[in-house]
Amino acid sequence: MNSGIRTYHEVDELHSDLPDQIAAQDERVSARLASVARVVAVMSGKGGVGKSLVSALLATAMARRGRRVGLIDADLNGPSVPRLLGIEPGTLVEGPDGLEPPTSPAGVRVMSMGLLLEPERALAWREPADAGFVWRGAQERGALREFLSDVAWGELDVLLVDLPPGTQRLAELHALIPQLAGVLTVTIPSAASRDSVTRSLDMARTRGLRLLGVIENMSGVLCGACGSLVPLHAGDAGEDLAEGFDVPLLARLPFDPELGAAADGGRLEPWVAGAGPAAEALGRLAEKL
Amino acid sequence: MKFLCLECDRQMAFDERAVPGDGTMAAVFKCPDCGRKTAMLANPMETQLVSSLGVKVGGRTVPDADFEGIRSGVASGRDDAFESPPAASPGAVRWSVEAVERLGLVPSFVRGMVKKIYSDYAKERGIEEMTPAVMDRARTDLGLEGM
Repeated sequence: MNSGIRTYHEVDELHSDLPDQIAAQDERVSARLASVARVVAVMSGKGGVGKSLVSALLATAMARRGRRVGLIDADLNGPSVPRLLGIEPGTLVEGPDGLEPPTSPAGVRVMSMGLLLEPERALAWREPADAGFVWRGAQERGALREFLSDVAWGELDVLLVDLPPGTQRLAELHALIPQLAGVLTVTIPSAASRDSVTRSLDMARTRGLRLLGVIENMSGVLCGACGSLVPLHAGDAGEDLAEGFDVPLLARLPFDPELGAAADGGRLEPWVAGAGPAAEALGRLAEKL
Repeated sequence: MKFLCLECDRQMAFDERAVPGDGTMAAVFKCPDCGRKTAMLANPMETQLVSSLGVKVGGRTVPDADFEGIRSGVASGRDDAFESPPAASPGAVRWSVEAVERLGLVPSFVRGMVKKIYSDYAKERGIEEMTPAVMDRARTDLGLEGM
């Protein structure tokens, strides 16, 4: 046995530059986002509260006000933004500066896994059988990074990132974009939602992220007969969360059956331009942001 | 991880990559002095983990393609999700019938990116015609196993 073997750090003639490659990936994200004024995450710890719908509505409302808006659908396993914004999956074109993002009728530039997958197929990765759990998280983080860095976003006033339920993707996004402008939080009024969203807000605050405020979705339904707001859920999660985290309750959006039809049909813009109480609340929110 | 040739006290240089089967990645290292070779066999999980980070063992030899990780990693992508590779233009690398057939085996989700990588490889080396032999060489040189 040769006892004079050099140490790992003494042997430094050749290397794979893996740290340099990772750094180059991060630099690519930074370079791309240099033309984006603000990146804002839309999150909720709870599924089914309407994050994607609120994100799509906000993006549409801001675009109608002349803002240059992009929207990343970071829910890779349950993408819904293309349908909400009326974008049919087509063929992505490679421009000189990256992949050209499809644009909604209102002018929102979009990237989503829903634009890439076969219809009715789940997101599946090439992976060793039964071993995907080891590395799927890294693959998904990589996909989010490529959504940020490889799309020709151009000059944007705001790039919204619609996150899936839970906290992991927010942490990944923050690691990719340390200068993240802030986080919008969506909840429904229920206590169950409040509990889940509390954990997400706590995580965001622990990471030092700026909490822009809470949006309460499905805050009751308007009675067709008397016009009063009838509660849909027990609880007051929007106010509770705003008070608990000392952030503004930015909007309470009542449930509107017409919005459901507009969302399914990808016709959000006429709804946003309408005069219902929910549309007006959304308009005020878009002005605030 | 580094490999040291004990006889020569030299760091062994990355020589070639291969995927012998079952997802194993073999990275072959060679002593620059005596030419002795050794192969590091990474198990499939480790191989996939490195791959999922979007980095290349031995150093990246071609620039990142847009959505490289998504195109090479997603198994349920739509065939027409990405623009087809452009038709041959003057000065472009000529593709032999056999090479086109080989390229046709690559899933269309990733085909455009793969064609560009091979074409750039040939152009950089002054190769006028793409053949299966050139593709094999490029695969080894660029670490494109599976493409």
